[in-house]
Amino acid sequence: MNILVCVKQVPDTTEIKIDPVKHTLVRAGVPSILNPFDGFALEAAARLKDKDPGTKIVVVTMGPPQATAVLKEALSIAADKAYLVSGRTFGGSDTLATSYILSQAVRKMEETEGKFDAIFCGKQAIDGDTAQVGPELAEHLGLPQVTYGLTCEKNADGSGLEVVQEGDGYNQVIGIQFPCLVTFTKPSFDPRFPTIKRKLAANRANIPVLGDDAFPDIDTSRIGLKGSPTHVKTTFTPEQKTGGVIIQEESEEESAKKLVALLGEKKVV
Amino acid sequence: MNFFMDEEHADLVELYRDFAEKECGPIASEIDKASRFPRETFEKMAEMDLLGIPFPEKYGGAGMDNLSYAQCVEEISKVCASTGVGLSAHTSLCAWPIYHFGTEKQKEKYLVPLASGEKLGAFGLTEPNAGTDAAGQQSTAVDMGDYWLLNGTKCFITNGGEADIYVVFAMTGKAKGNHGISAFILEKGFPGFSFGKHEEKMGIRGSSTCELIFQDVKVPKENLLGEVNKGFKVAMMTLDGGRIGIAAQALGIAEGAIAVTKDYISQRIQFGKRISQFQNTQFEMAKMQAATDGVKLLVYQAANAKDLGIPYSHLAAEAKLMAASNASDVTRRCLQLFGGYGYTSEYPIERMMRDAKITEIYEGTSEVQMMVISSWMGIR
Repeated sequence: MNILVCVKQVPDTTEIKIDPVKHTLVRAGVPSILNPFDGFALEAAARLKDKDPGTKIVVVTMGPPQATAVLKEALSIAADKAYLVSGRTFGGSDTLATSYILSQAVRKMEETEGKFDAIFCGKQAIDGDTAQVGPELAEHLGLPQVTYGLTCEKNADGSGLEVVQEGDGYNQVIGIQFPCLVTFTKPSFDPRFPTIKRKLAANRANIPVLGDDAFPDIDTSRIGLKGSPTHVKTTFTPEQKTGGVIIQEESEEESAKKLVALLGEKKVV
Repeated sequence: MNFFMDEEHADLVELYRDFAEKECGPIASEIDKASRFPRETFEKMAEMDLLGIPFPEKYGGAGMDNLSYAQCVEEISKVCASTGVGLSAHTSLCAWPIYHFGTEKQKEKYLVPLASGEKLGAFGLTEPNAGTDAAGQQSTAVDMGDYWLLNGTKCFITNGGEADIYVVFAMTGKAKGNHGISAFILEKGFPGFSFGKHEEKMGIRGSSTCELIFQDVKVPKENLLGEVNKGFKVAMMTLDGGRIGIAAQALGIAEGAIAVTKDYISQRIQFGKRISQFQNTQFEMAKMQAATDGVKLLVYQAANAKDLGIPYSHLAAEAKLMAASNASDVTRRCLQLFGGYGYTSEYPIERMMRDAKITEIYEGTSEVQMMVISSWMGIR
């Protein structure tokens, strides 16, 4: 099997703090991490490889040169090869433009890596939360897709996958034929850790860069800031609710009494 | 000369820390209370190549060095000293002597599964009446032509019962004292090899410590480790390396104690202030941090010396002496900053204080370390 996993470098949102005075996000010193949902997609690919060791896992990200860090992380966990898509003309792309560039990159990588049977993505990135790039990539490539995958297995005749999809209060198994695209959400298990040997090899890995001139047939009117139909006008932190009274007495009964007394005082009751 | 880590070591420290925080820390209190060996943790460590860090890849190891191995013991011991010592005993005391003294066949049969983490290792030297005084041991191995006949008992064996492979010492020439000791490789399951009492311990309660009993164990001839009657050298050189592991464990305990105390003092309010705002707290923390950073240099120096092939016996002894004493001192003072809450098992600091004490005792007491150091100084 030949699997492509799309990953993104994101700020570790658990480390983001709110500036107590300005009420804005403090971005300085916030570490960058592999988007956790992309980690689940990589784990799903790694589990397929556990069962079928001949499987090749290629990983790709689009971003600035420092995004190589997440590619190295993916290599240290399970990936066999990594590509960075990085170019000045790609900057400012929204989800539609990004997924278009990625679709071009898929075609380019397939020249070297062979056709991908499956493309795995995280269901969304924890910074933008759009959940659009995976599905859009499937559309650009004309691939069938399953979103919100939890786990997957190769089907009996090896012609596709059976994906356990998370629904609202139920799960369902969806069969899909290769080539296809699946986006993954958080499963019940934790992704594996890197190994020392893989980590050392990842640090020495040569990661090809697909730059501005990598895709001669690309429609330049569909990439970058100009090629993006959506634009972020401003980013702001909604006003934090402040004040309020916390009632936490020794017992629930005392708390209730205090609440009634307070409401009485304010003439609410 | 460079006191700072290169990228490779730094990257691996990050990996060890991530693993320790996600896998070892959350169960540290539970395995301490239940005196339970965390088998599942060691299985994960095997998958990550953590059980053969300093050995070449051709023997199943990760192909890293003793410094990185010490850093792994350190990171794990920050959150769980029980897991830290299990890793140390396996790597330093069982896999290493087979790597250093073993024949190619022994390495293939025993080092490869140890370093790849498929098997767990232990080391048996101590007896009720002999520890560092190795020639005082009562265990005997008699040459029966086709095999060695082993009889005796070992006690306080870390990973005992849990391990699959044991490096064990016995007298093969009683009259010759230290020159009458030999080392052997034993497998769990050899007829006549059984396990006795499991010790109920003050600290490192998540590590297994038990008796090994040998009753007419037929040890194959090819399982002699090193030469006949040269086992004392095997034991002493192995312990030199083991001391780096224990020093790293003690370093980790102190760093872990400082970290949990830093969190606590930043939240605990007394007299209307965070207790971190009191100068006594600040100075205590500063002194402990400085002492612990000093210990770190000694531990890394000893590990680095071993990697570079520089004689490190005294450096390992110095590192262990200072790291152990610092771990006991720091955990006790940190507990004092916690006050009454620190004395309860609700917080990890009392466990850390109990765990720290053993580092002044096993793999050569602090007094033995001073004997090694003063002897190296030429003081007689």
